[in-house]
Amino acid sequence: MSDDPHMGDPRPDVDPRVTSPTREGLAGTAPVSLYVRTRDQITIAPDFKPPEAQPAWRRDFPIDWPQDQYVERRDFMKFLVLTSFAFTTGQFWIAAQQWWQRRGEVPGERRIAAVGDLAVGGTVVFDYPGEHDPCVLVRMSADEYVAYSQKCTHLSCAVIPQPEEGVLHCPCHEGYFDLRSGRPIAGPPNRPLPRIHLDVRDGAIYATGVEWRTT
Amino acid sequence: MTRPRPFSRDQRVIIIYGMLAFAVIIVVLQLWLLTATMNAYLGADTAVVWPAAAASLFCLLLNVGLLRYLARLDRSAG
Repeated sequence: MSDDPHMGDPRPDVDPRVTSPTREGLAGTAPVSLYVRTRDQITIAPDFKPPEAQPAWRRDFPIDWPQDQYVERRDFMKFLVLTSFAFTTGQFWIAAQQWWQRRGEVPGERRIAAVGDLAVGGTVVFDYPGEHDPCVLVRMSADEYVAYSQKCTHLSCAVIPQPEEGVLHCPCHEGYFDLRSGRPIAGPPNRPLPRIHLDVRDGAIYATGVEWRTT
Repeated sequence: MTRPRPFSRDQRVIIIYGMLAFAVIIVVLQLWLLTATMNAYLGADTAVVWPAAAASLFCLLLNVGLLRYLARLDRSAG
């Protein structure tokens, strides 16, 4: 059995007492004994062949603990980068959604009802701007109308106008919105309902736009 | 000119621990960024969407940089 602590290390021997370029450490000052290979740093495969001659699966599933620890941490690092990529993809998915929505932002004008069809305190449900965007129009007085998206800003249940009480009520979780402003006044919703801009002309009421609000 | 001595396995494990510490912080930051952006976006506040996406991309680039260094570390080990 050889007494050589380097055990076949091809690197040249260096004198630990002398500071020289061959004493390479993290900062150039580490003692040379740091580089003496210990037995637990050496992986010996069952077939006694060198590591570079081993199949890939044996390098990925090492048989000794130090190498296993190294491979595990290395693969965890790779997994974290993959997770990071997934989060970035999610961010850009949101951005793409926003861009797509902005692209088709001008919804155009849609006739909702004739003025004469709606009594004071009466309501009409309509879709605007898309075919699956339910909204509700309420006639507050002879010449005052309000319209909001009918989706509750909590969990998208349909809100029900109650003009006599001046509120819109969400029956799912007992949310209430002020009928005049569309702002939440009770229950879990904390954002106002999107307001539908209206135009009354030629005896008819038209939806002309949507105002998304955060406060 | 002598060739730099490759890191020993113990040293490489320590380096990877250091990289993991950075990567975990970056990924947690990205998770927070994603949830905050989603919350703002669903609340119709779209002003933060693109800056947040850029910040997340920057975080990803940092992580990819760490990964490249890891690959180099692996190669240097032979």
